[in-house]
Amino acid sequence: MSLETSSSLGRDAWLRLRANRMSMISLFILIGIAFVSIFGPALSSYDYDQQNLDRVFESPGKDHIFGTDNLGRDLFARTTYGGRISLAVGLLATVVSLVIGVSYGMFSGYIGGRIDTWMMRAVDVLYALPFTIFVILLMVLFGRNFLLLFIAIGAVEWLTMARITRAQTMNLKKSEFIEAARALGYSHGRILFRHLLPNLIGPIIVYATLTVPAVMLLEAVLSFLGLGIQAPMSSWGSLIKEGAEKMDAAPWLLLFPGIFFCLSLFALNFLGDGLRDALDPKSSKD
Amino acid sequence: MTRYAPGGPFDAEKAIPQEIKVKLESHFGLDRPLFDQYLLYLKNLLRGDLGPSFKYSGWEVSELIATAFPVSLTLGVLSLGIALFIGIPAGIMAALRKNTWLDYLPMSLSMAGICLPTFVLGPLLIYIFSTQLGLFPPLGWYGPSDWFLPSFTLGLFYAAYVARLTRAGMLETLQQDYVRTARAKGATPWRVVTRHALRGGLLPVVTYLGPAFAGLVSGSFVIESIFFIPGLGKFFVTAAFNRDYTMVLGTVLFYASLIILLNLLVDLLQAWIDPKARQTR
Amino acid sequence: MVFEMPSIQNRPRTKIMGNLDIQNLKVSFHTREGIIHAVDGVDLSIKPGEIVGLVGESGSGKSVTCNSVLKLLPVPPARIEKGQIEWSGKDLIDHDEQNMQAIRGKEISMIFQDPMSCLNPYLSVLEQVAEPLVIHGMASLEDARKQASEMLVNVGVQRVVDHPHAYPHEFSGGMRQRAMIAMALVTKPSLLLADEPTTALDVTVQAKVLSILKTLCTDLGVSVLFVSHDLGLVAELADRVVVMYRGKVVEQNHTGSIFSNPQHPYVKALIACRPTLESNPVRLPTVDDFMNPKTGKEEALEKLVAPSLNLDSQETLLQVENLVVEFPTEDGPVRAVDGASLMIRKGSTHGLVGESGSGKTTLGRSILHLAQLMSGSILYQGKPINLDHPDDRSKFRKSMQIIFQDPYASLNPRLTIEQTLLEPMKVHGIGSSRKERIERVINLLEEVGLGEEYLHRYPHEFSGGQRQRICVARALTTEPEFIVCDECVSAMDVSVQAQVLNLLRSLQASRNLTYLFISHDLGVVKFMSDEISVMQNGKIVENGLADDLYRSPKSDYTRKLLNSIPLANRSANFQINRPSV
Repeated sequence: MSLETSSSLGRDAWLRLRANRMSMISLFILIGIAFVSIFGPALSSYDYDQQNLDRVFESPGKDHIFGTDNLGRDLFARTTYGGRISLAVGLLATVVSLVIGVSYGMFSGYIGGRIDTWMMRAVDVLYALPFTIFVILLMVLFGRNFLLLFIAIGAVEWLTMARITRAQTMNLKKSEFIEAARALGYSHGRILFRHLLPNLIGPIIVYATLTVPAVMLLEAVLSFLGLGIQAPMSSWGSLIKEGAEKMDAAPWLLLFPGIFFCLSLFALNFLGDGLRDALDPKSSKD
Repeated sequence: MTRYAPGGPFDAEKAIPQEIKVKLESHFGLDRPLFDQYLLYLKNLLRGDLGPSFKYSGWEVSELIATAFPVSLTLGVLSLGIALFIGIPAGIMAALRKNTWLDYLPMSLSMAGICLPTFVLGPLLIYIFSTQLGLFPPLGWYGPSDWFLPSFTLGLFYAAYVARLTRAGMLETLQQDYVRTARAKGATPWRVVTRHALRGGLLPVVTYLGPAFAGLVSGSFVIESIFFIPGLGKFFVTAAFNRDYTMVLGTVLFYASLIILLNLLVDLLQAWIDPKARQTR
Repeated sequence: MVFEMPSIQNRPRTKIMGNLDIQNLKVSFHTREGIIHAVDGVDLSIKPGEIVGLVGESGSGKSVTCNSVLKLLPVPPARIEKGQIEWSGKDLIDHDEQNMQAIRGKEISMIFQDPMSCLNPYLSVLEQVAEPLVIHGMASLEDARKQASEMLVNVGVQRVVDHPHAYPHEFSGGMRQRAMIAMALVTKPSLLLADEPTTALDVTVQAKVLSILKTLCTDLGVSVLFVSHDLGLVAELADRVVVMYRGKVVEQNHTGSIFSNPQHPYVKALIACRPTLESNPVRLPTVDDFMNPKTGKEEALEKLVAPSLNLDSQETLLQVENLVVEFPTEDGPVRAVDGASLMIRKGSTHGLVGESGSGKTTLGRSILHLAQLMSGSILYQGKPINLDHPDDRSKFRKSMQIIFQDPYASLNPRLTIEQTLLEPMKVHGIGSSRKERIERVINLLEEVGLGEEYLHRYPHEFSGGQRQRICVARALTTEPEFIVCDECVSAMDVSVQAQVLNLLRSLQASRNLTYLFISHDLGVVKFMSDEISVMQNGKIVENGLADDLYRSPKSDYTRKLLNSIPLANRSANFQINRPSV
């Protein structure tokens, strides 16, 4: 799936996106954060779990640019390392939710009829349930582990994706070019993957951009409740929790992970909004 | 289901003497076969009995819920109220003054509201309003002065979301042909908005209320643990950690029925607004 | 012609006898792509009690002109650059929003095109019709409801008497448009702006709504600006016709003179390029012919009456017997096609005409097995269609194709024209190499009047008419014998319609194609077809040769359909012999 093959519509969208200043700023911020998170831990002279009980609660300075925590661990190393985990969870869980949601939604919408009605009713029911309860139950049942964490999150985040894909599929299915494809005797597979899917990519990209921050938020909530990433590993959520507890003694412990986290969410949401405007079928018509 | 999880409620940090553990387990019927336990639970459930809590000795689960739920309810209602009272007017204003600073400002704030997670906002608000300004007590749940910070923290996120939904819904509705019809009749802008556009514009918000209730429940877990509020969310999370089976099961069942009830209310509200929905239901 | 004032004795209150005078109006739209001059210096006046028709094709600026009178255009992107809109001595251009509100709905009312979306779905119809009276303080709420109810009965919406709380979705399109008329006239305004008010309606409903509109406006002495793309329709009620083309008024005259003696080549073309029921030329004249001098060959073809096919000598290509198609809905199954039978001969065009909901489209789709049939049989070349075996299925799909109504939705926006046209050949193994296939694609494009240079473009770079040509080319990629044309010119302006119809005709001659031509427009069907079936409520009510059906309709329904067609669209030599208002 690519922008190269997906026609001049993709090029138009890219031009529109480039004209959107907030989106471009967001894109650069994201690239910056991703860069720091990937290479930060290697650049830092400290390990994320390296304790130094002689230098606890040190405020940001020359040695520790973000300061240290109650065990004398370098906050820069911990924040960037946490960024790796948070971004990884965000991306992986989004991919999981994308795969489940898109196939479920496309199948349901394409088949239509009673099967579709039941499949969507199931989504409605799950939608109305507080999914944090599910994730908490899963965590309690199967223990805390990284793999399970993003599977669990992905498994609850696919619902919206499924709804969006299904609504789009229903719309497109009625469109006459799909009907023409059927009249030309194309197979279901060809119709689904060559004619439907490329036309779904716009909304999918937009929603995926908005799912990443949602997932990161959920991971952070779980970490905050003590159900996510376990010490000495760190994620932005767990760092913020630690920071909030020691806010009075060392405000930087909340400040730096908080800034990184909020900035990422901000940038992702703005990028998603910008993409939505850029890919909006209404604005690209004629 | 929870019963299959590794560990038991009495496998606590401190090892309990074996004989006491056996006694305790027999007291709660944990020594019987699993299937029997399940049947017994169902039988009691039908009588409205959620069983005793494993952890809070001497407390029935239903008693615990009855004590903790009003606290969470107050928090939830206040938060929702804040969300709607801030979110809807802000969204309408932004839609009516699209692409002016009256649109950009509330929408940027709302973006910030969505991106500031409650667990960042909560400590921040405590730091500003309690530690620095001393306006509100930081923790606990003793009187109305304690209500402000937690419900504001929880409500702000939803206010931000509601504002965005309202704006999108209003913009969509304002483009409709029937709004142009209303203008062609000579209706004032006020009348066009309140009488013609508002219903359609708020429909997405009403639809969102269902998931919002679910979200408020989840949100209460975090808020109650930040502000040390003895609400149901805190009990639930504690119970989950402690593997207090009856408490976990009872709370989940309670939450489920609550959510079903609230969604029913949302359906009724939708039918009240939309005559088409009134007919098909 | 002298315009006499209608009697004003029975008018309940004195009112401003409005005189609308638009002078040198210029409206432009400022979009990202640039400035579009939608209205470019229009002069137009309406005297009290006069009905003026404003005619033009899409993009001519007629709706924009109409909407600028009440300043209902979205600002931005629209901007009134210049000109005057004088209304009873005042220039509306100078009016601010508040002053406009006092005029809208009270002195000048407006009705719009789509009755399905113009009524507020959340308020009862009665409430909405009464609203203008309440807004302008002309009646108490109670009294307004009473007046509204009377007005609704006047336009034939009886239902509100027993069901005062009925909502718009409980009414059909025609009833909703009647309610819109009631809403516009309830305040007894001096001028009614009607922007394509019957375009979304079926012909029989259109005829009724139009007669109600005319009677009521004449009775109340309301002058009307009637905007439409259909010159023949406007002739039904307008005293005077104004024709717009590309933002400018090209001609205005009394209705009779416009038809008997059109001056501007565009107006001549507009009258000539619409197929009428009486004439049957081989080729329809197009706007291009009039704007640029045409060749003698084309002129000859337009004079030539199409030879009628000797149908008896043609073998039967397709036989449909007792077809039943049902759709499941929430209220139980709905029978879209209810025992339809028809026979289509090789090399002929079989017209299928009917109003919306008659099942004509479903019938066309079920012949191609795009809709599930309940019972009945379809024989193609005397054999039932078997879709079970892949080889048979491929053969069937190759030999039957379909062209749809909406050329915008018929092409996959993500594929280039080359990809779109190559794909069917690849799927069905037509042509041995890519090179050969591309050669075929280029030939096809030339056959439908497009060139090789379009190969690598995407659908959104084409106009509606060009897209439909591409759709025709796609249908021809598999070398079919039989093509279903499902309302394939309905969304087009008459000038483009003429081009596509000419193309379909010439392709039929050169490729010996058989068409099932589905349309709601009897004139178009008559022009295209050798035989016609008329469909109503899922049943075929009449079958026959095209000329017979027009001259001596057997069923009541066919007669009703024929009578609903505006006079000017029935005959080429239309003469207006109506006394002036």
